[in-house]
Amino acid sequence: MKRLLSIELQKIWFNKASRTLSIIYFLSLFLLASIALIEFDFGFFKFEAAKSGFFNFPYIWHFTTYVASWFKLFLAVIIVSMVANEFSYGTLKQNLIDGMSKKEFLLSKIYTILLFSGISTFFVFGISLVLGLRYSSYTEIGIIFSDMSYLFAYFLKHVAFFSFCLFLALLIKRSAFTLGFIFVWFLGENVVHALLKYNILGYKPQDKDTVVIDWVKNILPLESMSNLIVEPFTRLNFVKSVSNTVGATFVKNYQVQPIYVGIVLFWTFLFMYCSFLLLKKRDL
Amino acid sequence: MDTILSIKKLNKRYGKIHAVKDVSLEIQKGNVYGILGPNGSGKSTTLGIVLNVVNKTSGDFEWFEGKLSTHDALKKVGAIIERPNFYPYMTAEENLKLVCKIKNISFDKVIEKLELVGLLDRKDSKFKTFSLGMKQRLAIASALLNDPEILILDEPTNGLDPQGIRQIRDLIKIIANQGTTILLASHLLDEVEKVCTHVIVLRNGVSLYQGLVDEMLANNGFFELQSEHLDALIKVISNLEAVDKIEVKDGKALVYLKAPLEAGELNQYLFHQNIVLTHLSKRKISLEEQFLKLTN
Repeated sequence: MKRLLSIELQKIWFNKASRTLSIIYFLSLFLLASIALIEFDFGFFKFEAAKSGFFNFPYIWHFTTYVASWFKLFLAVIIVSMVANEFSYGTLKQNLIDGMSKKEFLLSKIYTILLFSGISTFFVFGISLVLGLRYSSYTEIGIIFSDMSYLFAYFLKHVAFFSFCLFLALLIKRSAFTLGFIFVWFLGENVVHALLKYNILGYKPQDKDTVVIDWVKNILPLESMSNLIVEPFTRLNFVKSVSNTVGATFVKNYQVQPIYVGIVLFWTFLFMYCSFLLLKKRDL
Repeated sequence: MDTILSIKKLNKRYGKIHAVKDVSLEIQKGNVYGILGPNGSGKSTTLGIVLNVVNKTSGDFEWFEGKLSTHDALKKVGAIIERPNFYPYMTAEENLKLVCKIKNISFDKVIEKLELVGLLDRKDSKFKTFSLGMKQRLAIASALLNDPEILILDEPTNGLDPQGIRQIRDLIKIIANQGTTILLASHLLDEVEKVCTHVIVLRNGVSLYQGLVDEMLANNGFFELQSEHLDALIKVISNLEAVDKIEVKDGKALVYLKAPLEAGELNQYLFHQNIVLTHLSKRKISLEEQFLKLTN
C-alpha cells in the first residue's frame, strides 16, 4: 500500500497543476475560518456570523462539513486529470508493461482518494474544533464531540464523489469531457426529476407518483451524496424565527440518515468495481 | 536451455478482424529474436498480449515456465512499445525512479543506466524537453533498470533520424553482447539482419517462418548479368543445371541458382559459348528479398 501510494503521490506532486490545485484546496479550507469575520447590517436585520450560532457545538460539525464539501471540486479536478493524463501520456500502458497489475494501478488511485478524503476530513475536524472552541457558547466535552456522524458522512461523501470521478475518467479518458459530463449528469438528475415530477406526471402533493419519483431521485448517485449532509441553514434559530414570521415552516431531518449512508456506500463500491471491470476488459 | 516466454496458439480478434491467428513461439534465453512483418501483421498485438495491455481472445502464454504471474514476470522484463511513454512534467531521473517504484527495486541503477544511454548530463531535464531520439534512449534506460532477463523492443528506431537510428542500434548491439535476450519487432529488415540470431515472420496475424536468420539466408544466391545479346545469353544459360529460374529486369538477366555455381565458372562457360558479358555480379539474397518473397 505504501508503495502504491508513493507511486501515485509522485505522479501528482511533480505535476505543477495538480500541486497548485491541492495547495489551493487546503488553503481554501482554511478560508472557512474567515466566515467567522462576516458581519453585515440590513438595518432591520443585523447579522454577525460569530454570534449567530453557526459556531456552536455540535451544530458547527454540520455547518462546516456542509460548506467545506463544496470545495471538493478542486480535488475532483485532480482526480480526473490524474486518470485522464495516464491515457494521454500513454503511461497507463507503460505502467502495466513495467509490471504493475491493473488491480494495483486502480488501487493506487483508490488509496489516493482515501488519503485525500481522510486528510480533508481531518482538516475540517481541526478547523471546526478551533472555531468552535473560540466562538461556541457551549464547550462541554460531551457536547463538543456529539454529532460526529457529520464527519463520517463528509468522508464518505468525498470518497463516493471521487470514485464517481475515477470511474467516469476511466470511461471517458479525457479530463475536459469528464468534468463536463459530471456537470451534465448533475443537471440531468435534477432536470429529469423536475420534468417528470411537474410536467409529465403532474405534481400533486402526497400523490403516489410524486412520492415514487422523489425516491428515485434520492437513489441517484449525486443526489444521494448530497442527501448525506442536508443543508444546515434552516436549522438555525434565527433563520427559523425569520421564516416563521413569513409563514414558512421547515420539517426536516437534519441528521445523517443510515439509508443514505447505505445508498452512497453501494454507489461507491459499484463505481470502484466498474472501474476495475472497465480496466480489465479494455485493450490499451 | 531456459525458456523465457512460450506462446501457444494465441488468437486475438478485434470484432471481425482476426489480428493474431494461432501464433505459437518459444523464446529461449540468450538469443536475439527478430519479429518481422509488414505494418498491421500482428506484431504489436502479439507483444501487447504478452505484456498485459491487450486481452487475448484464446490461446495461452507463459513467462518463465509459468513460475510467476504475468505482472510479476513483467518486473523482470524490459519493454518498449511503439513510442516512449513517460510523464512529461518529470525529469529523466524522476521518471526512472518512478519505474523503480513500480518494479519494486532500489534506485541504485538509475544513474548507471542514464550513463549507458548517454543521458547523464540531462538527468535533471524534464522529459518534455527531450528530442525523440533522447526519449527513445531514456526508454531503453528505463527498460534496463532491473537488468532484465529479456528486452522487448517494438520498432525502436521508428521516426528517428539517421544518428538516432545508429545510436539505438549500437545500444542494442552492446546489450546483446552482454548476453541479454532480446526480442526485436521491426519492419526494418537490415536492422534485424544485423543484430538477430533468430527470426519470426508474421503476415496477417499468421506466423510464416520461424528459425535462424542464417538458415533463412542460406541459399545459393543469384547472378546479375548483362550482355549485348541478352536473348542468346538467356538461351544458353537456361541449359545449365544449376539454374533455377531467370528473370529479366531493367535490361539485366537475374539468374537464380538451385546449386552452387561460381562466377568464374559461369564466365568461362559463357565465353566458350561466344557470349561476352558487359556486367556480372554474384549476390546473396538479402533478408529483405527473402522476406518479400515470403510475405507476397
